[in-house]
Amino acid sequence: MTITFLLDGKEVTSEDNQTLLDVARENGIDIPTICFHEATTANALCRICVVEVEGQRVLQPSCIVKAANSMKVQTHSEKVVRARKTILEMLSSTMDLSEAPEIQAMMKEYGADVNRFPDAERRESAVIDDNPMYIRDYSKCLLCWRCVQVCAEDAQYTFAINFDGRGFNTQIGTFFDRSIPETSCVLCGQCAAVCPTGALKPKREYLLEQGMTPQEISVLNTGRKKRK
Amino acid sequence: MSEIDLTPIKTAIESYIPLGRTGLLPALHAAQKVYGWLPQEVAAEVARTLRVPLADVHGVIEFYSMFYNKPVGRRIIRVCTDPACALQDGDDLLKKLCKQYDVEPHQTQPEFDLTIEASPCLGLCDQVPAVLTMDGDRSTIDLDVNEAFRPLSPVNGTLRILTANCGGETTSLENYGGYAALQKAKSMQPEDVINEIKASGLVGRGGAAFPTGIKWEGAAKAQADQKYVICNADESEPGTFKDRILLLDDPHRTIEGMCITAYAIGATKGYLYIRGEYPYIVPVLENALNEARAAGYLNENFDIEIRVGAGAYICGEETALFESIEGKRGFPRVKPPFPTTNGLFDKPTVINNVETLCNVPLIIKDGSAEYRKIGTEKSPGPKLFCLSGDVVKPGLYEIPFGVTLRELLTMAGGVVGNKPIKAILFGGAAGAFATSEHLDVKMTFEDLRAAGLPLGSGVVMVFDETRDIRDVLKRLGKFFAHESCGKCYPCQMGTQRQMEILDRVADGKSLPDDLIRLQDIGWTMTDASLCGLGQTAASAVLSAMKVFPEIFESGK
Repeated sequence: MTITFLLDGKEVTSEDNQTLLDVARENGIDIPTICFHEATTANALCRICVVEVEGQRVLQPSCIVKAANSMKVQTHSEKVVRARKTILEMLSSTMDLSEAPEIQAMMKEYGADVNRFPDAERRESAVIDDNPMYIRDYSKCLLCWRCVQVCAEDAQYTFAINFDGRGFNTQIGTFFDRSIPETSCVLCGQCAAVCPTGALKPKREYLLEQGMTPQEISVLNTGRKKRK
Repeated sequence: MSEIDLTPIKTAIESYIPLGRTGLLPALHAAQKVYGWLPQEVAAEVARTLRVPLADVHGVIEFYSMFYNKPVGRRIIRVCTDPACALQDGDDLLKKLCKQYDVEPHQTQPEFDLTIEASPCLGLCDQVPAVLTMDGDRSTIDLDVNEAFRPLSPVNGTLRILTANCGGETTSLENYGGYAALQKAKSMQPEDVINEIKASGLVGRGGAAFPTGIKWEGAAKAQADQKYVICNADESEPGTFKDRILLLDDPHRTIEGMCITAYAIGATKGYLYIRGEYPYIVPVLENALNEARAAGYLNENFDIEIRVGAGAYICGEETALFESIEGKRGFPRVKPPFPTTNGLFDKPTVINNVETLCNVPLIIKDGSAEYRKIGTEKSPGPKLFCLSGDVVKPGLYEIPFGVTLRELLTMAGGVVGNKPIKAILFGGAAGAFATSEHLDVKMTFEDLRAAGLPLGSGVVMVFDETRDIRDVLKRLGKFFAHESCGKCYPCQMGTQRQMEILDRVADGKSLPDDLIRLQDIGWTMTDASLCGLGQTAASAVLSAMKVFPEIFESGK
């Protein structure tokens, strides 16, 4: 059904099964997203895409909230901008965003200060290099859940990874920290494909960055000795 | 490491096989009772038996703070260090115990005899500093499990309606007098039962104050082959202990409330989800359910299963509680859809707090008109308040809505030593501060709302003029950082950053602009968090900024 509502003061029409994010994009309005991915179930957990909907007590995640007749939506209200900016500032005080250019661009757009939170505990951990397919650098992980989702019901039904800890101390992990080859992982690589920050990275890409030559990497991959 | 004998676990979890994944928490509890903790081999056996992926089982163990994936002492002493207990030197007790047994908090003795932990609120704020000791199947609120002490139930106030059978020992079915209200309900049409509840004006007593009748109506109208009734007894809001007393002293009132709810909405299955920190109530409930079964109140048309939490405040959030029953990490779901249409196992579900359910038999028995004679026009009925902190007689107070704060405090004997009041924390950790200026506010939803105070779960925690509010805030900050589930960004990082700044403030080391940082974090959590935990995690801090702005000034 076609509906009409007010988006940033402008009357727009859409289908009633469309999300606010979808309609905004169709109308050339930029709403930032982090956890949202076309191929995974939207969980509305990063909250960077929140918008202000008149009559609602709290901000609404545009990635899942559907457009409705007569809705009045503000995509860049004062409340919305404060929430986005603060979330970005908290992210940069928590993890390594050096390989997340999209988030860096958002920070610039929202005037987020990378040093907003001094003396803040960061989530830091050593790179885990335990399988031939990909490395895991959880210092770069912003917990978008996409890897867990594609490993489970969103794609592969492998269930190799889940969560360690909770709250701020959450991290993606395996059963009792087993190495990837000791899990049900089938090395499909979908987790690395949906990772937005380089926390999961193809092993070859990682080794090239570490300064190894393609020749050296190929030797590594074949196991012990050079092919004749 | 020696091989672990898996024979006992096989027997212990056998009965949960038909439950599948939803049997995960009960199975982990059972396994932990056998081994004292959850070794990898045992977790794997549970996973295999219930056909749950290994990584998921690990994720669940990691989520709940009362499940251990490293060896801990057979005996675990938990000492509460949240605000009410801190006023009576909970920290000091923790230190003394650690010194006595030569361990650090959260460390285990080398022989695995004992672990001592600092704990979030144990729901014993009326008998502070609170301690909970667990040793396998046994538990007590003292240090030695050989003598099983159950907590006292100090009940006061001007009414004894909801608490008619509270204050002493557990009330048997015989003394409760049978489920007369349920019999009456069954002589009515289900929709008439719902109309009676709607007419009574009853709203939820767990904190959100949602109209109970409307909730029931939503679930009653939803079309489904299966519906559920859940009693939310995951009472974990710091300062709250009313449900502990209601369940321990008068379990049948809650069970009858659940039976009436089930009849009204057409549910055939009920769950009573009780927090893991109330292990001593579980046998009381089991016994009461058996009495109700023997009397035929619970039968093949409707029966109730007890589920025990495992240390996660977030599971008091209704959708997180569903996830927990389903055998998952307690992550709250996005709403809508709401539980009345898509609740437990995606089926229409009514979930009510213990105190809410205790009002139900009363309303049905006497009728809504009689019920409305208690309290005020807009806040009808009796209400339970949990008084703690610097009052002469901490405890549970039953009063009609409309009594003033001053009158309530007078009932509690006033402030210890007649000291002036510095602050009163209303509604718990997710609450707000009142001062002596608010003493004449009437305790009703409408008056408190107008005064900017949340009624919440009925917490009234008093701090005299010598108390340091910065220390209170520091503990609340720690509480929320510990209890955030970690799903949505505002709360996951906001509770951590808030805690760090509140630590600085408490230490007198706040930085310039910390007040603005706290405001931005606080409003971001309030406006943008996914669930009620995050949305209220800054509420006490934002309230303190208005009432005590001076404590946030840098260097003070």
